[in-house]
Amino acid sequence: MTTPVSSMLLVLLASVIGSMGAVFLKLGAARLKDIWSLLNWRLGVGVGLYVGSSVFYGWGIKNGQISVLYPMVSLGYVWTLGWGRLIFNERLTSQKFMGLGLILLGVLCVGLGSK
Amino acid sequence: MQGLQSNLHDRIEVQEPPVIASSRRRLVLMVSCCTLVSAAAQILMKIGMTRLTHVDVWALATNLPLITGYALYGLFCLMMILALRDGELSLIYPIISLAYIWVTVCSYFLFHDTLNPLKLVGILSVILGVAMLGRQKADL
Repeated sequence: MTTPVSSMLLVLLASVIGSMGAVFLKLGAARLKDIWSLLNWRLGVGVGLYVGSSVFYGWGIKNGQISVLYPMVSLGYVWTLGWGRLIFNERLTSQKFMGLGLILLGVLCVGLGSK
Repeated sequence: MQGLQSNLHDRIEVQEPPVIASSRRRLVLMVSCCTLVSAAAQILMKIGMTRLTHVDVWALATNLPLITGYALYGLFCLMMILALRDGELSLIYPIISLAYIWVTVCSYFLFHDTLNPLKLVGILSVILGVAMLGRQKADL
């Protein structure tokens, strides 16, 4: 069984949407004061994007190997590094790059090992 | 000019104050523990889904593993929101990949999935990566 490019694109899209969900969760989390502030629109958008991302992921894995497609979800970590820098002005240190590199390598190995 | 400035910024950050370094370490540890909740949720959902032979309201309402799985996943999301309030997105988000590792390890014991050298190397690499993110001495 091979994995079609369309499935890869769908999972790639899912990873981008999911990483944007994390951005909105962080924006909403910054405004948390009490239990009612959990109902702010930013957190709502964040959760919505997560659900949307899982829909695209589910659509993508219909035709293709999960062992190839699941590791692609972790590309979302790369996007969040970018969002963190652009939106929250977070520092991208060599420590973060090395940590992320090891994580991506690991997820890829587990994926390939699951074939 | 701006590139140069941010470059300098990054270099200064390499020697972050001990207080920030230790709170970062604590955050990485806490989020790592939270991924256990996510892994438990995913495993319970899988058990619940395989039990689900037909979909109706009663079958869903009495499917204890599925309900517990979703509840734990909700708890995990809440914990992540709290973690994101205090920590950097680019630090916290990659740690969530640990959940995938716990699921892989538990699947070996619970569902008799296979473990091979490649998977073991991957598991080790992810754990090392997260440890790298939590490293107190950022002198690398």
